[in-house]
Amino acid sequence: MPAEVVLSPGDTAWLLVSSALVLLMTPGLAFFYGGLNRSKSVLNMMMMSFASIGLISILWLFYGFTVAFGTDQPIGDTPGFWGDLGQYLGTKVLADEMAFPPFPATPIPTYVIMAFQMMFAIITVALISGAVSDRTKFAGWLVFAAGWFTLAYLPIAHMVWGGGFIGGKIGALDFAGGSAVHINAGAAALALAIILGRRVGWPRENFKPHNVPLVALGAGLLWFGWFGFNAGSELTADAITAVAFINTQVATAAALLGWIFVEWIKNRKPTMVGASSGAVAGLVAITPACAYIAPYAAVLLGLVAGSVCALAVSVKYRLGFDDSLDVVGIHFVGGWIGCLWIGFFATVQADGGAYVKNEGLVYGGGVDQLWAQFQGAGIVSIWSFVIALVVGYLVKVTIGFRVKREAELEGIDIAEHAESGYDFVPSGGSSSNGGSAFALAGIGGGTTPQAAPEPAPEAKPSQPANV
Amino acid sequence: MKLVTAVIKPHQLDAVKEALQAMGVSGMTVSEVQGYGRQKGHTEVYRGAEYTVEFLPKIRVDVLIDEVDVEKVADAIVAAARTGKIGDGKVWVTPVEEVIRVRTGERGLDAI
Repeated sequence: MPAEVVLSPGDTAWLLVSSALVLLMTPGLAFFYGGLNRSKSVLNMMMMSFASIGLISILWLFYGFTVAFGTDQPIGDTPGFWGDLGQYLGTKVLADEMAFPPFPATPIPTYVIMAFQMMFAIITVALISGAVSDRTKFAGWLVFAAGWFTLAYLPIAHMVWGGGFIGGKIGALDFAGGSAVHINAGAAALALAIILGRRVGWPRENFKPHNVPLVALGAGLLWFGWFGFNAGSELTADAITAVAFINTQVATAAALLGWIFVEWIKNRKPTMVGASSGAVAGLVAITPACAYIAPYAAVLLGLVAGSVCALAVSVKYRLGFDDSLDVVGIHFVGGWIGCLWIGFFATVQADGGAYVKNEGLVYGGGVDQLWAQFQGAGIVSIWSFVIALVVGYLVKVTIGFRVKREAELEGIDIAEHAESGYDFVPSGGSSSNGGSAFALAGIGGGTTPQAAPEPAPEAKPSQPANV
Repeated sequence: MKLVTAVIKPHQLDAVKEALQAMGVSGMTVSEVQGYGRQKGHTEVYRGAEYTVEFLPKIRVDVLIDEVDVEKVADAIVAAARTGKIGDGKVWVTPVEEVIRVRTGERGLDAI
């Protein structure tokens, strides 16, 4: 440990705020996904995100952080796949070790670094759930989440950010998670869409979004939180943080425009779902590149990512996999675009040479960085896909990964959680089956009220009835 | 006695209601319904996928009247509901055998 590192209150405060911002992205994602889903399965969709907050936070504390960010365990001279497993193990009493001295090479307490990185692990797992809406057994999701987090997220985060193979040996750059978060989640999403199979009736039946304002709310919260995700990834608050911040804004803005322009030309109308999706595609694409490129290159990146992803979301119909909410079309494709963009547009003018060692093709740096980016993204894609396929298959053949057909048709919210997202009956009290045939057929209607539980006998008769 | 039933555009309900009130029709029943005629539905596009929405929201108005008023009432509804655009709806008339006022037990024209 360097003896004379001084804790920086400003940097520490910034990273604490950034951590909270990144946490907010996961409830934002729950709204985004929930609104895109059908009303009968909105809660299950949101639960998969919220459960990720619950589960991954605990796993991260106990062993996730040390696997991903413990001192690299090289294989021979080559940077390896995981960190020192004992270094930050969460069963220790960590006050001295964790609070101060700070995390290596930062003026920030290790606890803050741990909290910040925890939020990334949470949202990466939650992102996958968009591929499997309407049909996933909740218990199966939890087991998959724990398994994939352990075998895919942790080693990949270590390889990309923890001084491991991809960052340390190949030299691929990924500032805030284009590969470690988005390609990672997107590849796993493709594997799960294959393992779980198509929803009953897909793509013939009507799977249109049930609540577009909820989609917009979610996209807005994601955008807001993403400043913590990208600018926060500098950890400290300095000039590079500022570059990452402005690039995040302009790339997202350009991607929003790019997506709705494609819609305007292709489908004649620009849509709110398109504007929201375009913003998310831009946020994804700028994530790996935000500290390494000039703002004009970020605008170009946004335009490309927004318009390419707008077309990519239709590919699943041709290939026949039911990636329900387009995790592949947006996160996998957008992540790849952003990672490769570094190979074209990375410049020391953006970060003063702090991270960029080889400039991109456009700046006369040749193809070295582009090749490194390709290898990095490729390793993450394959690793994540294979692990998700294996873990997903094991869940499928043991506890089961998909609900019964009847549960899927009648609504997974009732089958898995015994609650329903909406109840507009004036008298209140939804029926035990959670919605009328009218509601299930997409025709608004009431429910049959059931007898409420008997009130406690000592309840005063003068009290108004509890509705 | 006749039952006049109209399926109209939701926005025209106020106009139809006022026209009926102006001619002294003493009551009506309205319900939210969905359907399509020659108009068919419309198309929505989400993330490049087209969805055809066939059943459009409409209002159904049911009015019980003395059969001598049938022409007058039907014409008034048609005049009030018409926008001239496709999807304005339909009006039809069916014979009614008996009407009973629940509170008093009055029957026939007295119950209308």
